[in-house]
Amino acid sequence: MRSPILRRIRIVFSTIIFICFFLLFIDFRHLIPSEYINILLYLQFIPSVIKFYDLKTLAAAGFLIVLVLTLLSGRTYCSFLCPLGIGQDLFSRIGGRLKRKFRRYGFKKPFTILRYSLLAITLIVTLIWGIYIITLLDPYSVFGRFMTYFAKPAVIVINNLIAGIFEKFDIYTLINVPVNGFTLIAYSVPAAFFILVGILSLTKGRLYCNMICPLGTFLGLLSKISILRIKFDEGACTRCGRCSLGCKSSCIDFLKHDIDVTRCVDCFNCINICQEKALSYGVVRLKNKPHETDENKRNIIAGSLLLLFGLPGITKGQEKAAPKPKKDSTVKETRTYPVCPPGGVGIEDFNKDCTACSLCINACPNNVLQPAFLQYGVAGIMQPVMNYHKSFCTYNCTVCTEVCPTNALHPLLLEAKKLTQLGKAIFIKDNCIVKTEKTACGACSESCPTKAVHMIPYEGNLLIPETTDDICIGCGHCEFACPTVPYKAIFVNGNAVHAAAKKPVNVESDIKTPVDFPF
Amino acid sequence: MKRRDFFKKSVGAGMAAGAAFGLGGYDKLWSSASSATKYDMVAVMGGNPDAMFDLGIQELGGMGTFVQKGQKVLIKPNMGWDVIPGLAANTNPLLVKRIIEHCFKAGAKEVYVFDHTLDNWVNCYKNSGIEKAAKSAGAKVVPANSESYYQKIEIPGAVRLQSAKVHQLLLETDVFINVPVLKDHNSVRMTCCLKNTMGLVWDRGYWHSNNLNQCIADYALYEKKPALNVIDCYNVLVKHGPMGVSKEDVVLMKSQLLTTDWVAGDAAAAKMLGVAVEKIEYIPMAHKMGLGNMNLDSLNIKRIKM
Repeated sequence: MRSPILRRIRIVFSTIIFICFFLLFIDFRHLIPSEYINILLYLQFIPSVIKFYDLKTLAAAGFLIVLVLTLLSGRTYCSFLCPLGIGQDLFSRIGGRLKRKFRRYGFKKPFTILRYSLLAITLIVTLIWGIYIITLLDPYSVFGRFMTYFAKPAVIVINNLIAGIFEKFDIYTLINVPVNGFTLIAYSVPAAFFILVGILSLTKGRLYCNMICPLGTFLGLLSKISILRIKFDEGACTRCGRCSLGCKSSCIDFLKHDIDVTRCVDCFNCINICQEKALSYGVVRLKNKPHETDENKRNIIAGSLLLLFGLPGITKGQEKAAPKPKKDSTVKETRTYPVCPPGGVGIEDFNKDCTACSLCINACPNNVLQPAFLQYGVAGIMQPVMNYHKSFCTYNCTVCTEVCPTNALHPLLLEAKKLTQLGKAIFIKDNCIVKTEKTACGACSESCPTKAVHMIPYEGNLLIPETTDDICIGCGHCEFACPTVPYKAIFVNGNAVHAAAKKPVNVESDIKTPVDFPF
Repeated sequence: MKRRDFFKKSVGAGMAAGAAFGLGGYDKLWSSASSATKYDMVAVMGGNPDAMFDLGIQELGGMGTFVQKGQKVLIKPNMGWDVIPGLAANTNPLLVKRIIEHCFKAGAKEVYVFDHTLDNWVNCYKNSGIEKAAKSAGAKVVPANSESYYQKIEIPGAVRLQSAKVHQLLLETDVFINVPVLKDHNSVRMTCCLKNTMGLVWDRGYWHSNNLNQCIADYALYEKKPALNVIDCYNVLVKHGPMGVSKEDVVLMKSQLLTTDWVAGDAAAAKMLGVAVEKIEYIPMAHKMGLGNMNLDSLNIKRIKM
């Protein structure tokens, strides 16, 4: 096909996808139902692969569709479905506006060693240790973090400004939402990536996708045998070079009439640019090139296939040491384990599958999910961890488990979640107001949904908290509500593996319906 | 007033009156202009929350006693918990709705409802059933989830709570109607009128860490006092308060107390709950500070059984 319609379809489609993803991550009022979220996430390649490992059902096999799509049409995923890729196109456009030079790309040699090494390292690390590098480099997760750490707060600030104006006119349809920043250190990785991806896309088009992104490299390898691709009509071509200058991927060598399919993201810009209509998108008969075998690449392909289909057995077979307890002994609340979100099953299980895309952090209506720094160890950086100093896990909610694209958080029914013990509340009597101030408090037990934290008689008329482990679900409302500083008088110590809590037993009161006023 | 406006207003008033008659059907509804109330407290028992309120407010001379035409009214229920209506952690939505209707009938310009919730506020507003009920009656249900909605006030004479940040609507409205639900409380034994004010302020943690009972009594010193307290004792959480665990914690009491004296209201509520007033330390404290009368014997109480 030579028609300019291809590029237009690409732009319209990718714009819709991008807007959907943008809304998904900045939805601070939680208006989007999780069913829709799951549809959108279905085709995200790496989350889908991880989810597929866990569930082994076709319901999680969106990545297979992407594989077929790639074999059929090349790296269309990168231009049509990858939010990070689409975002970069947007940046490139802005870059072109800023400086015309930024829009003139021209053919460049690929960073072969770098990109294949990164893919290899990603594969090796994933095979042997876990998904740490994927966490860093999965394009969907990188995009998710940009939205969570930068876009959403910006949107909330704008919302608050408008809400403030509306308020003056007695309109409360827009709501002032407190901006909940994370700890400063949590921004370091997303900020570094934002600078890297930002600068590269602003000035060099899709260089990030063709140099660093392991998924881009992987799909590029698959594209080598794709059926549909961009091709030259060598008779019509005047070698004007416009296509090459306009190619975001810098992959058109117009002099040799060669297009590097491993880097081409099927943006179709070249088709529109070519005045002689010498470029088209269609079925390509492979030219008999001189046979050049690259063992290295073959190994990578083999490794990739292994990653795709063989990893579950390998990783599941590896016994890992239990996560290390936090050792910070200066903190009075001595947490042996951090609290991992509901549906995570256990810390180790959770850490293995989470790519830190931060969608759950956004979706959590209570902002209790915060990016971890070292709570899970270096490897779990940016993965969500329950922060009960900031907030608590609200009893009637399972949102995080519903939205997780990788199944790191398994879906939980509300009734099951209410009986899932994430950790256990531990009472530090010496910190408690009731003991230190000799005044009533009870903030902890007030909010306890199961009354695992309850009050027992203390001195005089005073009551003091006591905890019952087996009905505690570790929601952290007690810890959040406790007013003592700097250390709380009650805190939740995480369970390394989530346990089943007992259902609280309740009996009817002796107090009966009155027949007359008691006064 | 133009003739056209006059007609419009007459029609509106006629409709309101007709509606009121249809809903309440009490003759005394019309003689609502008296300035002082006949009773210190009206206690009603045996009806639905809305019907009990109709009767109770009528005994106090109708809503017109408290709300003048064109005034802005703040109704502060307890909707601090993400709990469904039957479990009695929040004020009965039917009652809130009926109070709002009476306010508009009395000529209120605007009625606002909010609470600084303990659970996630969106869920609390929704699952308490109050947001829907209040909106259906025409009230504005406003958020209270962000510190930006709060303004600092001074409380002269307070022992521990010399200043606090209260919701701006408490300051901007003309009439404050306190609509607590009577509940057991895990540490101060009971939550009702006085303790309901914790949902007006931003920093509750301060209260908890600075002698909770004293702070509750101190806040009652603040100049903006409720014109009326309507205590919902329809379903009463008698244990595991203030949130409750399950329906076993709830006792059907089918009662309602209406009073202008919130200390008296709390004292009567304590009797309903079967707790000695002295045990609920903030009540004697507030009594001693002259903020109300906890000696029910010296009050003029109208008791009605439906």
